[in-house]
Amino acid sequence: MEREPSLLEQVGAVARRSATDAFRQRALLFFPMLFPLILFAINGSALSKATEIPHFPTHSYRAFLLAFPFVQGAMFVSISAGTSLGRDIETGFLNRLALTPLRSEAMLVGQLGGAFVLGCVQAVVYLLVGFATGVGFASGAGGVIVLLLLSLMISFAFASLGGLLALRLGSGEAVQGIFPLLFVTLFLSSSTLPRNLIKAAWFREVATYNPVSYLVEGLRSLVIQGWNAQALELGFGFALALAVITIALSRPAMRTRLART
Amino acid sequence: MSGSAVAIEVHKLVREFRKGPRAVDGIDLAVQNGEIYGFLGPNGAGKSTTVHMLTTLLPPTSGRATVGGFDIVREGGQVRAAIGAALQEAALDAILTGREHLMLQATLQGIPAKERKQHAQALLDRVGLAEAADRRVGGYSGGMKRRLDLALALVHEPRILFLDEPTTGLDPQSRAALWEEVARLAHDEGITVFLTTQYLEEADALANRIGIIDRGQIVAEGTPAQLKAEIGSPSVEVVPVDPDAFDTLAELLARFGSAQRNGRGSVTVQLPGGEAELAEIVRALDSIHLRVESLQLHQPSLDDVFLAKTGRKLEGAGA
Repeated sequence: MEREPSLLEQVGAVARRSATDAFRQRALLFFPMLFPLILFAINGSALSKATEIPHFPTHSYRAFLLAFPFVQGAMFVSISAGTSLGRDIETGFLNRLALTPLRSEAMLVGQLGGAFVLGCVQAVVYLLVGFATGVGFASGAGGVIVLLLLSLMISFAFASLGGLLALRLGSGEAVQGIFPLLFVTLFLSSSTLPRNLIKAAWFREVATYNPVSYLVEGLRSLVIQGWNAQALELGFGFALALAVITIALSRPAMRTRLART
Repeated sequence: MSGSAVAIEVHKLVREFRKGPRAVDGIDLAVQNGEIYGFLGPNGAGKSTTVHMLTTLLPPTSGRATVGGFDIVREGGQVRAAIGAALQEAALDAILTGREHLMLQATLQGIPAKERKQHAQALLDRVGLAEAADRRVGGYSGGMKRRLDLALALVHEPRILFLDEPTTGLDPQSRAALWEEVARLAHDEGITVFLTTQYLEEADALANRIGIIDRGQIVAEGTPAQLKAEIGSPSVEVVPVDPDAFDTLAELLARFGSAQRNGRGSVTVQLPGGEAELAEIVRALDSIHLRVESLQLHQPSLDDVFLAKTGRKLEGAGA
């Protein structure tokens, strides 16, 4: 009476479980979403005078900063995805799944499903907060949709990174331990100032080589500039590259973790 | 599944870990269809490593094994389709409910969508979790988790079931309930059960045959009765009411066999003629009016077997 389920069924089943887990852990859902908003509120107020710097690209610092919670939220998603997968490795749940006909690709993509859903919810909340604080979109309604798409791609890319870390380290705690390093990359990017206005040469250099700058700038361009093809290409390009590289590296790691003959 | 009467066949199976000893060191065993095979040994003896190899989760370093007629290395997919396994850690997701676990497992095992709910409900009823089905597993007791674990192993109706220390940490009531279900699976449904345990009474109560493993090697194998018979006859331990009668008691019991004086004021004697000699001992004690505080017949236990084969008691042997 059994037949091997299709890849889509497998991905769906694992993703449903992953999303259920994510939504039922309210604390993990709420606080990671709240923290970027708190920083958005603090920085948005404390650094609002930055718009008076000559050549600052917009008069609204909140509009400039809106990309920040999207990227920081995506980084939190990576922790959620990594911690969840790490827990499955530690508890042996992955072994249980390994005894079914589940394919490693389905496990990998499905496991990221919960993080993806989490990313969707966060993106909508950040967008609504942006609108509520008077942020307008230079790129119009179409820009809002593109921003959501880019935001989801960034969440997926960071979730993949979290998954890779979990597969390599085999522990949720280890993934959480690495999280502060991710955070540093956000602060060493152009998240709070345009790169050309960063005075410290070393910081400007680091921000230029830091891919997170391009994720932030891609999102930001839709809010404050309108349609900037180069910024969008770089934003989507780096998000896609991160997702592709981490998934490519995760596949052999997942095969090893889902070890079976 | 092949038509062979042998469900599990193992030849010279070895598993070495890097920088570690041989966890499994060339074991041979055969389990017949419908049999409950008890794999008894202390912690670290190699039981779980053997189960991981036989369930295809761990490749062997050398040797070969077939499960359900399929080679564990070359035909892993067919082996997994033939088996169900409840591994040592009762790996469950604390956030999901029991029913959600079963639905996930049913989907991944390819149970058709329209049958999944009914199938899950039937399994929940069977393991006595119907009332707790929609509660999160994080709130389940140890016994409930083990029962759910068993139900999950049965989702695709396997012919062979691997249970890795299924009752470790359970209270006596939960343990008895699980024993009952395992026995029912084997006797009523003909499922072959490969059960690892460190509990002597569990192996004794459930298994048709027992393999005793120690330090990666099988040191004894047979039915519980065969194993006990192998190491000798029953013994009688007698404690006199009057401590001054200790020497008299020892002399009397020496007529029946080699009497051993115990520090706790008792004398033990092996009964080469079996428990039939007990009546004669009672008559002899009565004939000299020697009053006894207690008189106990000790049957050889699997612990005695383990002691005889390894020189150590099973309890604490893993330490």
